[in-house]
Amino acid sequence: MPDRSDRSTAEPLEFREATKRYPGAATPAVDGLSLEVPAGEICVLVGPSGCGKTTAMRMVNRMNEITSGDILLGGRSVKDRRPAELRREIGYVIQHIGLFPHWTIGENIATVLKLQGWDKPRIAKRVEELLDLISLPPDTRDRYPSQLSGGQRQRVGVARALAADPPVMLMDEPFGAIDPINRERLQNEFLRLQAELRKTIVFVTHDIDEAIKMGDRIAILQEGGKLAQYAPPAELLMYPASRFVEDFVGSDRALKRLALQRVRDIDLWTAAPIRVGTPTSEARAKIEESDVPIGLLVDESGRPQGWLSERALAGERVTKDLRSPAEPLLDLDAVLRDALAQLLSSETRYGAVVDSKGTLAGILSLEVIQHFLHAAPAASPTGADLLIE
Amino acid sequence: MIGLPIAQGLQIQKPGGADDCVASNGFCPEWIVDNIDRYWTPLLEHVYLTVAPVAIGFAFSLALAIVAHRRRWLTGPIIGITGIFFAIPSVAAFFLLQPITGLGYTTAMVALVSYTLLIIFRNITDGLRNVPAETRDAALGQGMTERQVLYRVELPMAVPEIMAGLRIATSTTVGLAALAVFAGAGGLGSEILVDKRFKSNVVVAGGLAVLLAAAFDLMILGVQRLMTPWRRARA
Repeated sequence: MPDRSDRSTAEPLEFREATKRYPGAATPAVDGLSLEVPAGEICVLVGPSGCGKTTAMRMVNRMNEITSGDILLGGRSVKDRRPAELRREIGYVIQHIGLFPHWTIGENIATVLKLQGWDKPRIAKRVEELLDLISLPPDTRDRYPSQLSGGQRQRVGVARALAADPPVMLMDEPFGAIDPINRERLQNEFLRLQAELRKTIVFVTHDIDEAIKMGDRIAILQEGGKLAQYAPPAELLMYPASRFVEDFVGSDRALKRLALQRVRDIDLWTAAPIRVGTPTSEARAKIEESDVPIGLLVDESGRPQGWLSERALAGERVTKDLRSPAEPLLDLDAVLRDALAQLLSSETRYGAVVDSKGTLAGILSLEVIQHFLHAAPAASPTGADLLIE
Repeated sequence: MIGLPIAQGLQIQKPGGADDCVASNGFCPEWIVDNIDRYWTPLLEHVYLTVAPVAIGFAFSLALAIVAHRRRWLTGPIIGITGIFFAIPSVAAFFLLQPITGLGYTTAMVALVSYTLLIIFRNITDGLRNVPAETRDAALGQGMTERQVLYRVELPMAVPEIMAGLRIATSTTVGLAALAVFAGAGGLGSEILVDKRFKSNVVVAGGLAVLLAAAFDLMILGVQRLMTPWRRARA
């Protein structure tokens, strides 16, 4: 895909004690929310229903007016802007998508471009670009929303929001109405897109798993519109700030952390790669040095063949006498959670990890994973980072 | 005393005795073929008596609906008042208006327009209300002003309901315009009254009114289909 990032813009976003109070309501919908979203990052607002996450998001483009406090977009208060003008500079994607049924896909995508007075040839060119960006065929332009599948409509909704290259995007449960399989696909697709575009995004969801997957940072809100914690996903899972956060992220938070990391992200054990014909003494020394008490037979190119038995080391030179094959073979790029699943299902203590060429890279064990989970979180990669590798 | 100037003293000239069918006020295809010309002017009058009230009524209703769209509380009173207009028997309206507007087109027009208001207003209002909340939300969220939302999204999306209203209003008006003769406004109704015992005459004049209603209906339907290609688009 061509690099578009040089043309893409993003601005930082800051909530400053932003508060929304509805007349007649006992408690505020959003209560003194303060947080900063650096330019180009996804901030997920997550929490139970009624926690004010959607209200908080809608204050950014003034679909809900701020009662007190402020929201700064690129350092400038949104309150100083005319609402319609402000909204044209902020991408807006909602759960029900809200495509205009009487307009073609091309016209829908061009909504903001028309409002900004672009001329026809420029609009046509931009629409073509955006259809390519969301991987829809060019002739989709002349179709109507009713002719598209739910997933396609969702992508068009994203393209419409991206049309004028807004520095900030607001997404309110954008994948909420999509079936689980397609949701996963759309999420991945969107992260790939975001890795390229690097927009500042406020993303609302009630689903903690989606939050962990999509967010560079996650803001957990609780009833009454109070911010419970604002942190990167791994930190949130590692150090929940309160009982509420702990309950909300769920008892499986360790597993969720594993889903965020790949095998290459953790310190693997060293192995003793041994070829057939190696002098036994040399082999024993190698095993002594390694973290695993068993020798691993490899072929000429360093590809694991199997775990050596005691008899293999009985003679002068190592013979091809295996106690078990080198299974499972784990991929260095596999998600840690999947690697753990493979390890558990094969009932072995050690899993040989190989790189993309099939060469031995290290050993993964339950102990390695346990150690990783109890260590302090390193700079945690996000879902987006995982996908662009 | 209110007269019926067009209908009186203008009996259809019938050739004496030679044609049994005509003499006995029967249904006579030959007479119809020979005399069809006499219906063109009333027919054109009738077209005018339909198109003008519907057009004027549509303009009024649209304006009222747009005002009521912003100020919801007006909807009830508007429906109440136009409902009263709608309930007045048309013949009574034609007679009641004559002291004010005299005999002729003006009287017919005022009465006929007032009948279209309720129908068209209600349909436009319903059409605007049927626009899903999320579509409105998306339109505002993309940065449309209230006015842009109305003209670019809500009204175009309400076209099917608006056209349905126009179809009912037009059919109703074709029927009511046949009574405009009592306001002295001509039309096919006056032709019926010229000789209402002569079957050929009544069938042709009445039949033309029915055909006219059908033709208008098809025309509006055609316009609606042209205006709403998105309704027919299927995957």
